[in-house]
Amino acid sequence: MSAGSRSTEPWGGFDDQLIQEQLEVLELKRTTAGPVSEPAVLRPQGGGAAVIDMENMDDTSGSSFEDVGELHQRMREEQEVAEEAAAADADGADDFLGVKGLKGQLGRQVADEVWQAGKRQASRAFNLYANIDILRPYFDVEPAQVRCRLLESMIPVRMITFPQKVAGELYGPLMLVFTLVAILLHGMKTSGTVIVEGTLMGTAIGTCFGYWLGVSCFIFFLAYLVNAQITLLQMLSLLGYGLFGHCVVLLVTYNIHFHFLFYGLWLLLGGLSTLRMVAVLLSRTVGQTPRLLLCGSLALLHMSFLLYLHFSYHRILEGLLDSLGGPDPAAMERVARDVHQVTLNATARSLGRAQ
Amino acid sequence: MASAEEASRPFAGLSDVSISEEIPVEGDIAVPVGPSTRDDEFSTLDEPVKETIVRDLRAVGNKFIHVLYPKRSSALLRDWDLWGPLLLCVTLALLLQGGAADSDDQGGPQFAEVFVIIWFGSIVITLNSKLLGGTISFFQSLCVLGYCIMPLTVALIVCRIVLLSGSGKVSFAVRLGVVTASFGWSTFASTAFLADSHLTNRKALVVYPVFLFYFVIGWMILTFSPGN
Repeated sequence: MSAGSRSTEPWGGFDDQLIQEQLEVLELKRTTAGPVSEPAVLRPQGGGAAVIDMENMDDTSGSSFEDVGELHQRMREEQEVAEEAAAADADGADDFLGVKGLKGQLGRQVADEVWQAGKRQASRAFNLYANIDILRPYFDVEPAQVRCRLLESMIPVRMITFPQKVAGELYGPLMLVFTLVAILLHGMKTSGTVIVEGTLMGTAIGTCFGYWLGVSCFIFFLAYLVNAQITLLQMLSLLGYGLFGHCVVLLVTYNIHFHFLFYGLWLLLGGLSTLRMVAVLLSRTVGQTPRLLLCGSLALLHMSFLLYLHFSYHRILEGLLDSLGGPDPAAMERVARDVHQVTLNATARSLGRAQ
Repeated sequence: MASAEEASRPFAGLSDVSISEEIPVEGDIAVPVGPSTRDDEFSTLDEPVKETIVRDLRAVGNKFIHVLYPKRSSALLRDWDLWGPLLLCVTLALLLQGGAADSDDQGGPQFAEVFVIIWFGSIVITLNSKLLGGTISFFQSLCVLGYCIMPLTVALIVCRIVLLSGSGKVSFAVRLGVVTASFGWSTFASTAFLADSHLTNRKALVVYPVFLFYFVIGWMILTFSPGN
């Protein structure tokens, strides 16, 4: 079909049929002037071309997101320039240098041209990259849906014979990550760390977002390697909702300090949310070894993240107690107390013992 | 030639214009002045600086009063400005600086961190609100969120005063109460302004990040303890 045209350039040129589609779509856009702010999903192909064409093209075509967008923009601009030229011609080019020419009309026109070109470039870049409407479909949720999905994230589904449905939304996961950040900050306070508060804030945000984005990308990469049927958006959504279990466990165990309670909740709630994610991935992967690889790494990362979050702040206070020649190890119960008081008591006690 | 004709077409009009040297060129170059009242309304360039500052201060003060008694009004939204949020943010960051320096040099949240957290948080909430289908603009939302930090700033000042008299259990309880009350007030105030622009069933989705944002700021205020 168009394989011949594609191999003319070393980087694999533009798809001819694609260009034809673009032209047709431009005609369509010109005749039907629709509203500007429609979401990408509802627009005719031209408006959402940058998003939809990405899926239609395979990786060898060489036309990246930017190239397609630039082509589209260039066509629109040529159209605009042609319209402007037509309008300028219609005004009458007779008095171009008639009288005004002597007063620097030429300079003004050049400046105008430069300004227009610069404005076109800036608006092109802005429309391409800062278009917030690209994200709009992923935030189209109702509170009832969010509540349902939160509860469902703790319930593993047993059916793994055909692919399970994964909601592709970003509101829930984003809010869960921010909630996790808030819980971590709260936990840092109750574990008695009043040192280096400022950098703890950055650490909390970095940890949570880094985990969400990093592990999602890593698992998506593994899924791509083993040919599992899951997209990056679905992975982000799945892992984000999987953090709900973590939030609940941390909220409880940062306030009630029993080791066995934490281990129990870790196994129960952490395990349930991990099982749910694993079941979804199992239903979308074929083959024993790929399944083992994918689900094993996800389970490992998810469970150990919860362990890390709990113990990285638990250890701080334990270290503090140990260094003060602390109380007997049976009393693991921690209370939020002023560090200065503990130092005072320990010193007084040791002084009393010495005498 | 045909090409020469085409090249000279733009200059065609020149052939009609011939100014002989005997006739002096004179005329009147007077630009007609438009109605002056319209100019006066929008041209604030000529007024004294004191007037400009007082007018802006009065606008900011008016909005502070609206935050103190939050009711469903559109005063904050109609003429938004970012002076108030900047003032509040700088005050908060200055007061929170240099706190809780136990043994490390890093101490409490530095000026830049508080600044970044407040503005980054506001931007995220604004984007979230717009993506959920909100009708208020980017800067209006920033304005509302910034002005509603005022109760928390007042709480910080109260906390600092309370901390002057020691940092025991009682002072912690008092500070906790004050910060919780002001946190609730901030959230309620911002909801009163922001929620109108959304469909009723999505109000919870918009309010939740606001709640988290003020919770984090309240946490920073509550855990502040002055360095030695």
